[in-house]
Amino acid sequence: MSSSRPLLSREQIAYRIAQEVEPSFVVNLGIGIPTLVANYIPDSMNVMLQSENGLLGMGPFPTKEQLDPDLINAGKQTVTAVPGASYFSSADSFAMIRGGHVHLTVLGAMQVDEKGCLANWMIPGKMVKGMGGAMDLVAGARRVIVAMQHMDKSGQSKLLKNCDLPLTGIHCVNRIVTDCAVVDIDPEGFVLKEVAPGFTPEEIQQMTGAHLRLSPELKAMSVDLNVPLKGN
Amino acid sequence: MSSKVYANAEEALEGLTDNMTLLVGGFGLCGIPENCIAALVKKGVKNLTCVSNNAGVDDFGLGLLLQTKQIKKMISSYVGENATFESQYLSGDLEVELVPQGTLAERMRAGGAGIAAFFTPTGAGTLVAEGKETREFNGRPYVLEQAITGDFALVKAYKGDKFGNLIFRKTARNFNPMAATAGKITVAEVEELVEVGELDPDQVHTPGVFVQRIFQGTRYEKRIEKLTLKEEHL
Repeated sequence: MSSSRPLLSREQIAYRIAQEVEPSFVVNLGIGIPTLVANYIPDSMNVMLQSENGLLGMGPFPTKEQLDPDLINAGKQTVTAVPGASYFSSADSFAMIRGGHVHLTVLGAMQVDEKGCLANWMIPGKMVKGMGGAMDLVAGARRVIVAMQHMDKSGQSKLLKNCDLPLTGIHCVNRIVTDCAVVDIDPEGFVLKEVAPGFTPEEIQQMTGAHLRLSPELKAMSVDLNVPLKGN
Repeated sequence: MSSKVYANAEEALEGLTDNMTLLVGGFGLCGIPENCIAALVKKGVKNLTCVSNNAGVDDFGLGLLLQTKQIKKMISSYVGENATFESQYLSGDLEVELVPQGTLAERMRAGGAGIAAFFTPTGAGTLVAEGKETREFNGRPYVLEQAITGDFALVKAYKGDKFGNLIFRKTARNFNPMAATAGKITVAEVEELVEVGELDPDQVHTPGVFVQRIFQGTRYEKRIEKLTLKEEHL
């Protein structure tokens, strides 16, 4: 089922998702591709990055002089805080998240189904590491975007009729940005919105485990020519 | 009023015995009560239930208590970075209850605030909701989650005064304020212990009423779990 055409790189997926961010948004980015999204959000947007361990206004990694073990992000990496940042407790952090004060969360997934259910925290029979903040984020953020490869390493689609892995949340995903398409989820299921350069809608359908309706505004996915185009 | 001030972790943990439930502050290795954890290892208490967002790494944080097999059960949201944890879990020596991070924070907050249980949308329709009541509000499912309290809460703050007022620093705050409210006996270790009146009341994060014992810790390692620097500084 895999296409011979080049899939988009992780950076290109991140670049495309950055186009979803609006000025003054509060955004929570998960680990992996979502973290890269921050690299493509212009400073002029005045976006505040939320890190669920208790920081609103996360900045870039520190210099040696700025390094502070008391200042980390939810991935436990040392970071900095931007002007206007605030620190708070975990209870306040998740009040922000569940209370709908975070405009957008971007996270990775193992599976997403046409009802907007998402699986990204557990594979039965394998070591379970825990859900961290993912269940709260998908339940509470105003908009949930999934960043992932369209198919897994064995060539199986990650976009399905029904997730078979344990769920992180139900009816929560608004949009999926993959290495070959942008797919929305509405009450009737998947809607193909954008196709990566070099792919046809028919090819995307072949790579997808549920029916795709074509958006009337179907268009080519925008890519950034300054970053690597091809995936690994 | 008898003094809340103790000389060190060993003295502050008097009365902490086998089979107790401990609420432990920290996120990863950030803001963990290093002195109290070291004292627990020395004390050798066993069959502990530890409520903490993470389980430390193999040789630091709560990982130290896993190595000595003092922990019977962990209640956490993410336990990734720890091979000792994994082997004890897979061999059945360690019980684990995984709780969504926001639910964990709120369960401790509720425990300290006299709220028995609450409904949250987090985890509705997932494994987390199994065996719990789910109720619809405004057309949306919510899961009933119960409060958590502890026999002891062990927290770490930046500054504290002799009444137990606490000020945290940056993201080392994390779960510490909720844990502090929900311990029958809350032990706070601080980097700097000052006299009553020296902290600006407007800057206090945790009012001293929640803290029963306080001491100034020593030799804070503040180990960094994932050192990341700006590219030119690598």
